[in-house]
Amino acid sequence: MKVDKDLIEKVAKNARLNLTETEIKEFLPQLKEILEAFKEISSAKVEKLKPSFQPLEVKDITREDIPKNCLKQEKALQNTKHKQDGYFKGPKAL
Amino acid sequence: MNIQEYLEKVKNREISIVKIVEKITKEAKSSPNHFTAVANSHAIKRAEQLEKNPVGNLAGLPISIKDCICVKDLDSTAGSEILQNYRPPFNATVIKNLEKQGAIIIGKTSQDEFGFGSFSVNTKKIPKNPYDQTRSCGGSSGGAAAFTSYTKQPHIALAESTGGSIANPASFCGVAGLTPTYGLISRYGLIDYANSLDKIGTLAKTVKDAFLGLYNSLSYDEKDSTSLTQTISKEKKVKKIAIVKESLEVDKDIKDLILSKVKDYDLISLPNVKKHAIPTYYIIAMSEASTNLAKYCGIRYGATSDLKGNFDEFFSSVRSKHFQKESKRRIILGTFARMSGFRDAYYLKAQKVRTLIINEYKKAFKKYDILISPTMPIIAPKFSEIEKLTPLENYMLDTLTVGPNLAGLPHLSLNAGFKEKMPVGIMLTTNHLEEEKLRTLGEEIEDN
Repeated sequence: MKVDKDLIEKVAKNARLNLTETEIKEFLPQLKEILEAFKEISSAKVEKLKPSFQPLEVKDITREDIPKNCLKQEKALQNTKHKQDGYFKGPKAL
Repeated sequence: MNIQEYLEKVKNREISIVKIVEKITKEAKSSPNHFTAVANSHAIKRAEQLEKNPVGNLAGLPISIKDCICVKDLDSTAGSEILQNYRPPFNATVIKNLEKQGAIIIGKTSQDEFGFGSFSVNTKKIPKNPYDQTRSCGGSSGGAAAFTSYTKQPHIALAESTGGSIANPASFCGVAGLTPTYGLISRYGLIDYANSLDKIGTLAKTVKDAFLGLYNSLSYDEKDSTSLTQTISKEKKVKKIAIVKESLEVDKDIKDLILSKVKDYDLISLPNVKKHAIPTYYIIAMSEASTNLAKYCGIRYGATSDLKGNFDEFFSSVRSKHFQKESKRRIILGTFARMSGFRDAYYLKAQKVRTLIINEYKKAFKKYDILISPTMPIIAPKFSEIEKLTPLENYMLDTLTVGPNLAGLPHLSLNAGFKEKMPVGIMLTTNHLEEEKLRTLGEEIEDN
């Protein structure tokens, strides 16, 4: 795998970030160095182990499907200026 | 006056809560950037109510809250510009629990943006170390630890750790920092960094007071799917302890201070923790962070702009303008580690290595009650020294704290002494839900 400008731009696009030329120039050697160091985990012998997505075993907890009190619509909208008729207003989809 | 004495005086109505709150909010405002917001009028109002009716285990006790924990109608920004002016319409569960016990919230403490950092420099107003203002107070809960050390009033700080963000600043500021078992304190209302690693905990001047904060924060919470139904074990006795051999590969003064605090110990080797914990931690933390931060897009809360362009252009422009450099680096690295073609080699592999690390700790706890190490390999660095570090050098300094955090193990950092007039922390780690053992040994070290 080659960590270069194209790869960083592709990843940044996926992450909805526009990087400036100055940022790319600064990040590129840093990300190369970090990813090189991270490769170290490839030496760990873990073929027979299961992944731990949580540090402790977490069991699924279910509840009855009964509506409960939730945040009032105006409260949910109190932190945005992008709203209309009680809904969030977003940018164009296309 | 310690917290116990203060609470007793409040109960007997021998002290004015309002006067204490006036003094501590004044300190909070004049502290060197320890706070992002001070809840002056709210705190005084609460103090007046509690003075009339001092009910609860913590009646009248001032508490500061790390900026990433939501407090209703109080700016909660996780140290980030992208959440500027965000006022949560609800309280985090832990806030509800503490307020129910009569605690008084005095404000929000400063931190690295979203917890991304070890020195609290990844934010606009950088908090300073009370021992030496040219030095960092650690991170990411820098403001919380620094103010705990700085204040002369009774106070407990509520903070959060993902990879060491409570222990690290506790060490640099010479206070007690308690990170409990993963899932013990509800994360509902915590502005998340990495869900499988985030833990809310406490800081105080003494071990006893840090535990007082913990006991009053606990509750099972159906709003947090990882909230534990079990609670802390009653077993307090510490029979066998071990010092982690690899952790002593630090500065000689720090090593000697740690060894001077412990008697009758074995040395234990944790080779997988030493070798793999840093990359494993950062891959998992950044992967989870990159998904968590996807919600900041300028629509529902926080920084925004006029609705121009399509959704891709709009989201990208808001995010690019308002995330700081370290957040951008971590989003890119985390997105990369989860991308098709790289996921198995990085993200999935790291989760398997986490199992290896958990198993190594579990094996150690079959023989030992507590594992000991220095908290940090260095004393609080000067800001001029931090500027010279590369991001990787920055990450490497978390080498002693990421292991217990990856495994969700409870750990306590307390002051072991001083080097060059700066505090040095000793870290005690125990098995899941055995926090009482940390208290036993922590108080013993503190008393000697």
